[in-house]
Amino acid sequence: MNQKTCLYQEHVSLGAKLCPFAGYEMPIQYPHGVLQEHAWVRSHAGLFDVSHMGQAIVSGAEAAAFLSGLTPSSFLATPAGLAKYTVLTNAHGGIIDDLIITRLAPDRFFLVINAARKEIDLAWMRARLPADVTLEPLTDRALIALQGPEAEAVLVAEFPQANLADLGYMRLREATWQGVPVFISRLGYTGEDGFEISIPVDQAGAFWRRLLADARVWPIGLAARDSLRLEMGYPLYGHDLDEETSPVEASLAWVIGKEHRTFTGAETVLSQHASGVSRKRVGIRLTESGIAREGAAIYAGATRIGTLTSGGFSPSLKASIGQGYVTAALAQEGQKIEVEVRGKRIPAVIHGLSFVEAKTKRSVKKG
Amino acid sequence: MSNIPAELKYTEQHEWVRLEGDVATIGITDHAQEALGELVYVELPTAGKKVAATEPFVVVESVKAASEVYAPLTGEVLAVNDSLTSSPRLVNTQPYGDGWICKLRCTDTAQLSTLLTAAQYHALLG
Repeated sequence: MNQKTCLYQEHVSLGAKLCPFAGYEMPIQYPHGVLQEHAWVRSHAGLFDVSHMGQAIVSGAEAAAFLSGLTPSSFLATPAGLAKYTVLTNAHGGIIDDLIITRLAPDRFFLVINAARKEIDLAWMRARLPADVTLEPLTDRALIALQGPEAEAVLVAEFPQANLADLGYMRLREATWQGVPVFISRLGYTGEDGFEISIPVDQAGAFWRRLLADARVWPIGLAARDSLRLEMGYPLYGHDLDEETSPVEASLAWVIGKEHRTFTGAETVLSQHASGVSRKRVGIRLTESGIAREGAAIYAGATRIGTLTSGGFSPSLKASIGQGYVTAALAQEGQKIEVEVRGKRIPAVIHGLSFVEAKTKRSVKKG
Repeated sequence: MSNIPAELKYTEQHEWVRLEGDVATIGITDHAQEALGELVYVELPTAGKKVAATEPFVVVESVKAASEVYAPLTGEVLAVNDSLTSSPRLVNTQPYGDGWICKLRCTDTAQLSTLLTAAQYHALLG
């Protein structure tokens, strides 16, 4: 029996096509369809129910040291209100999950983790908690994402006192909505400017409907969420990242803290960072018609050089794009390759991970 | 409510067939296009290809997944709808009209009796 988020009835009322995802009955698309939903997010504002994801608070005097020991990132000097994208690594340097960790206060951090990994992540952390650090899953909170060029204008109308115009990318601000505390984080999974709002489940329905009442906002399903992140080159855990893959192989070495040396799996990760790896995550674009999907074999001439880990149609480019891992020596933009689809090898090229320019606030050049 | 034109024949795999002598025009039903979502690519067979009934012979791709379309009859592909190369979404917007997929010359006329009537297909959709 699949779980439901607190917004399930909203999706039913909106006519969503519902499908199981990570153990939850989730909206895959609404009546407008994936292509229109995708385009709407890139031109207006899209509303996503991501309440299936895990939220937790880690607190205590040693919370920063604890989290720094579990990820290649350091949280010791992170200022309050700053969010970091990072990964939990295992003893071999493999990725247990990718997540966002935000410092709320010197001794308090807010974590957002993947739905499919939440039980694993929480168990991993719980097993390693020192005596004076607490891990508290926030099971009474919904998570709603509002993404797109009009997201700020829409949200400012709902939070006129919160001064959202000066909330920077990867920054969190605490606010209230109808008397209840909420977290507003300026980040997302679409490459557009946007926010993720953590709000108590009791108010989530009213908040969701309130934002949807704005004509600039459409509800957006998980199918468009996937095509949007694929255009940005963002990885999806369980497809582009897994426990056998290190952050260096995943082209995520940028999360490693500059002076950070002591964390689970550091020996492998740091040695790979210094000496290189045999395979790397890259972007792939078909140069002839067809669509390449997860699992497709990648060739350079007669040699198999890798596998596609995510693939699909890009509505913005009207082309088949994806991500995969290839032999490091050939992991160069412009390298001509072929991708095998139903027994036929289709010409393709290695591309940077991102296919669409990010419009996240810090990427937007002032006029 | 799915559209099921009365004058066509159908298969359990949600294809429709328009018969003119031994030439069958084939497409997918309104029910099928709705279930698949917007198509972004159609892989058409080449004219002259010989197909066997129930064998997959066309692939339609939505944003999320690829789906096979099965030959409703045994025969030879006579023509394909080239418009689908630039406009795959015709299958969604006009599944029984401009979204037709291909024409087959049926070489085993005994199979025609295995096709479903509109009423039978309607009953199948329950």
